[in-house]
Amino acid sequence: MSIRAEALTYIYNEGTALEQKALDNVSFEIPDGQFVGLIGHTGSGKSTLIQHLNGLIKPTSGKIYYNGSDICGEGYRLKDLRSKVGLVFQYPEHQLFEVTVLADVCYGPRNLGLSEEEAAERARDALSLAGMKEKYWNQSPFDLSGGQKRRVAIAGVLAMQPEVLILDEPTAGLDPMGRDEILEQISRLHRQRGMTIILVSHSMEDVAEYADRLMVMNRGRLAFDGTPRQVFEHYRELEEIGLAAPQVTYLAYALREHGLDMRTDVTTVKEARDAILELAGMKGKR
Amino acid sequence: MIREITIGQYYPIDSVLHRMDPRTKLFGTMVFIVSLFIADNIWNYVIATVFLAAAIRLSRVPLRYMVKGLKAVLFLLLISVSFNLFLTEGEEIFRIWILRVTKEGVRTAGFMALRLIYLVVGSSVMTLTTTPNQLTDGLEKSLGFLKKIHVPIHEISMMMSIALRFIPILVEETDKIMKAQMARGADFESGNLIQKAKSMVPLFVPLFISAFRRATDLAMAMEARCYHGGEGRTRMKPLRYRRRDLAAYLTYALYLGCMIAARLLPAVLDQKIRWL
Repeated sequence: MSIRAEALTYIYNEGTALEQKALDNVSFEIPDGQFVGLIGHTGSGKSTLIQHLNGLIKPTSGKIYYNGSDICGEGYRLKDLRSKVGLVFQYPEHQLFEVTVLADVCYGPRNLGLSEEEAAERARDALSLAGMKEKYWNQSPFDLSGGQKRRVAIAGVLAMQPEVLILDEPTAGLDPMGRDEILEQISRLHRQRGMTIILVSHSMEDVAEYADRLMVMNRGRLAFDGTPRQVFEHYRELEEIGLAAPQVTYLAYALREHGLDMRTDVTTVKEARDAILELAGMKGKR
Repeated sequence: MIREITIGQYYPIDSVLHRMDPRTKLFGTMVFIVSLFIADNIWNYVIATVFLAAAIRLSRVPLRYMVKGLKAVLFLLLISVSFNLFLTEGEEIFRIWILRVTKEGVRTAGFMALRLIYLVVGSSVMTLTTTPNQLTDGLEKSLGFLKKIHVPIHEISMMMSIALRFIPILVEETDKIMKAQMARGADFESGNLIQKAKSMVPLFVPLFISAFRRATDLAMAMEARCYHGGEGRTRMKPLRYRRRDLAAYLTYALYLGCMIAARLLPAVLDQKIRWL
């Protein structure tokens, strides 16, 4: 059970003056239940890559396997794939269209051919999962705040009950509190339901806190692939491609340069705090 | 999928035609269109072909890219060709059931097809080499005399450039919403007409909402920059004719002259023969 990509290449507007290579020979495998952070600068090919994973774009060359079967193969039912690999686009609240929140979330399950009751059942489930309070369910989605609209849109994808959830910058344009709540919700889906998560972001802090694995894209290529610690060791190369390691990584390196025996593999504020306390403790000042 | 519509889209390269003043190109397109309507013999079409081929060559836009635009009018082309082919009276060549194909029919149908193709390709030469903004600037300047009779030409051209500017944005937006709904299992292709129309609701509602949102945002941004219409407004890049434009106008005159001469040629020859 996994997603596997082999030598994916995708070219926009092939054969014209506007030709652009969005993906260049990208290969990877994502096993079940992993939390993957996909990062890269704007235009690095992240969004193109994730659209391949549920068959919205066909690769120019290369193959994608979901649970061992080729999704570009003849007779493969893309509709089934899309119910298993849920994709939440950037600013997903722009796709809302129904009269009530509940009806909007029912749209996905109804497309799967479920009955009205089953669809509503799933929608209620998904709305609770996404943290929407019941009092909002019969309101118009257009009357909600930005953060709430986004939850409804995410619920719209969760109602398909996917095995893999891909989110493209789910926190873009939200205030810090909304951002933490959404990320916490996603992390809960991962921990409690064992969902495979692919989180696209360019905030290193967000990704470092939750992901087991980081994939870094640069100009259509996979530049780094490893645990957050392994990837952030390359913080100088990351800067060259317009990204940066979390701020605490810089702090750790700076402390080390000043002759302190600081660990440099810290990626979150909490880890940094512990490491600094440990350092201070060793000097007997705890 | 819908990104493939190429008719009238700017093709960003550098060529003599790209650098030419938009007024020159507008006028040239008009001359070309008029000339197609006075064309009625083979010589006319030979001259028009040479003119169009030269323009395409100068624009350096691949021919394949221009022909792609024809897909949009293919249906119209087929209908008008078949009407002309089967319904023109004259000397019969052959007939299938009640459909008579005449010599005159073949001639008109052929010319009609050429005329339509040249119309589309000719105007795409202009739109492929001119950005929408240049185009409306050109229109505003060329139609400036209408201001004297209180036609709000600046406002009209501003509306046009905004509309043109928003086409690619809305196309992209449609593509995005379509994909987002497809990720939720939407199916825009199968089913009968009513089902298809129904399946468009989840596409059009968000699209309209986003169009209105963009419109209010844009209005706000324009007001914030003190936009108040055309009165007393100056340009950063004023349009100015250069030598290549003069050369172009001379070419147009020559071309139009040749076309008129070619059109009159058969009649003149006819008369000469009668005189002799």
